Amino acid sequence: MNFHPFVIPFTAGAVFLFAVIVYKVYKWTSSLDRKQKFMVKQKIFTTKTIRAIIEVFREALVHRNIYRKNPMLGYMHMSLAFGWFLLIVFGKVKASLYAGTFFEPPWLAIFFNFFAIEKHTFLLSAQLTFLMDFLLLIILSGLALAIIKRMKSSLLGMKKTTQHSLFDRIALSSLWFIFPLRLLAESTTDALHGNGGFLTGFIGQLIPSAAATFIELPLWWAYSLSLFFFFVALPYSRYMHIPMEVVLIFLRNWGATAGEQHSGYTDIQINSCSRCGICIDACQLNFAAQLGNVQSVYFIRDTRYNVLSDEIVNNCLMCGRCTNECPVGLELTLIRQQYRNKEEIPGKFYYEYTRSIENQEDIDVIYYAGCMTHLTPSIIHSMKKIFVSAQVSYWFMDEDKGVCCGRPMRQQGFVQQAKNLVIKNSRMINSSKAKLLVTSCPICYKSFKEEYNLNIPVMHHTEYIDKLITSRRIKLKPTNITAVYHDPCELGRGAGIYEQPRNILKNFSLLVPNFEKENSLCCGGSLSNAILDLRLQLKIRDHALDELTKEKPDVLVTACPLCKKSFVHGNKAAVMDIAEIVAKNILTSKKVNEKVFSDELHGVLINE
Amino acid sequence: MKDLGFTISKSRTIDLDKADLSVYQKIIDKVPSAKLCLMCGACTATCSARNHTDFNFRKIHLLFRRGQFDGLADELDKCMLCGKCRLVCNRGVNTRAIVYNMRIILENLNYKRIKQ
Repeated sequence: MNFHPFVIPFTAGAVFLFAVIVYKVYKWTSSLDRKQKFMVKQKIFTTKTIRAIIEVFREALVHRNIYRKNPMLGYMHMSLAFGWFLLIVFGKVKASLYAGTFFEPPWLAIFFNFFAIEKHTFLLSAQLTFLMDFLLLIILSGLALAIIKRMKSSLLGMKKTTQHSLFDRIALSSLWFIFPLRLLAESTTDALHGNGGFLTGFIGQLIPSAAATFIELPLWWAYSLSLFFFFVALPYSRYMHIPMEVVLIFLRNWGATAGEQHSGYTDIQINSCSRCGICIDACQLNFAAQLGNVQSVYFIRDTRYNVLSDEIVNNCLMCGRCTNECPVGLELTLIRQQYRNKEEIPGKFYYEYTRSIENQEDIDVIYYAGCMTHLTPSIIHSMKKIFVSAQVSYWFMDEDKGVCCGRPMRQQGFVQQAKNLVIKNSRMINSSKAKLLVTSCPICYKSFKEEYNLNIPVMHHTEYIDKLITSRRIKLKPTNITAVYHDPCELGRGAGIYEQPRNILKNFSLLVPNFEKENSLCCGGSLSNAILDLRLQLKIRDHALDELTKEKPDVLVTACPLCKKSFVHGNKAAVMDIAEIVAKNILTSKKVNEKVFSDELHGVLINE
Repeated sequence: MKDLGFTISKSRTIDLDKADLSVYQKIIDKVPSAKLCLMCGACTATCSARNHTDFNFRKIHLLFRRGQFDGLADELDKCMLCGKCRLVCNRGVNTRAIVYNMRIILENLNYKRIKQ
């Protein structure tokens, strides 16, 4: 009879865990919004599902992303996740072979050595016994790393680890006990019956059988109880990420994305956070401003336990560095934005501005400088010079009395106001005959691209200048200036524009800073943080500036008026916008047939 | 009358005994740099919304400081939060954060976060 009362805690815990997970997954998937549901329905029977299965194997079991970040940390996660998974699978196989049926009681696999004490003669028994001990050894080595990490995180490449909640501590402690207890329990049974593998057999020999009779049952009880505590604490602790990450990977592969509003998908993402704390190390508020309690991991944790404070929601530069680093791939910035959004008042229209300029002239380009660019007039002058040199006819849309693009509003959560501004600007842009909208501000650029529904394409001036150079509308002088390029958050991580500015700067000797492209730093001037103290903001700026000017470039080039404005006051290096440096080194070209050339150029631009 | 581009404020009495000065304290708690403001008006000079309306951040800040909240909520709605004022402030006051917090305080009910 394969039953003993000590299997009850394990079985009860497992049933409870299963029920909670099924309930929660059902609740969240049924509250996906319409668009997400539609995507899932469309893609569920495509190759995306196979891709999701591969990704589950790669990320949820082998943890490739973490391995890439730090091999030791990756091994730790892999040994625990993949090792335990294989232990369960092979344990089940072994138990089924032993019982001669697939439907043996579930606890038989878990407490196999206690029940199967006679000499094994079933198929592959020797190999499976070896394998089980080998997997246990792997898991224990991962566990040892986990304990070392908790004591001294820097050994595993982490500067800071997360502060944990009560449920986390219960789950973590019981998780730490599960495998050592299993090892001891199996070893004591081996001391009595000699049914262990190379590891449990070895330790079993060290235990005197007189003592073993006394401690055998208590150890199996303890093993079962540690499983019980882990299973019961799991849905309320960070270990909920184990089941939820699988759900998340499937939904993500089926095309679900976090929208503007909170939905079941947000809940799934929130519960998929493993609180590994990688985002703490990525956050400039932490490593440059020593503000270590507002990072995404704490934001997600507080959201999950319903203790979210306004400070945590709003004290964020929204630079996207954490989103970029997250090994689970959570859309952290978008989720934070969802929690910033405020209720709309139906029927209310903000900004009853009387003046609305429209332009009906025959022009090629609308130039929208953006509010911030008006504070750096040199960018505007440079752009004008570039337009003239390239012989492009343009309309400077917000030269006088411009209206904000709406993104600063949106980032503070005033969605309705932002939408009103979008309507205002769209009307002005769509009523003109231009073929292209060029903007100098990455914030406006992202806004025009994502939040507007325009009938002409949008370009940031880096893209546009790059096009002008490749189509030979303008030419740059060869120079020997050393420059370093700073990727603005909204243009780089926000819109993925990395190559164009580097193409433009080909003529200069371009230095490569430590932080660039996806890993570039925020200048600290971000509009998204309405809480950050000026002192801390300057610390962030100075740190970024130190990193960028380490190799003493002649000029620090950026592509955002806000970054320029921040860095200029740091007084570390000459700061120039990319438009300025282009305008300064432009070769005045020969006169060409303006009209024909213009149509050609912008035709090309649009068709691409 | 000829428009000279400026107006003269009507004379009025401010009874500081009746004013609720505690509200401004909330702003200072949230944005400590508010204390640094010396009402120079650079923020108002650069303001994008000022281009279209008579929105005047300096005036609003002053009224708020004195506890005169009449009509300020509607007035604050004209701001586009573009943040130019914060950049030109030579005292390092986070003016944008002040506007944000004033809005939250004055329209506490209307600016509820969406219920999640």
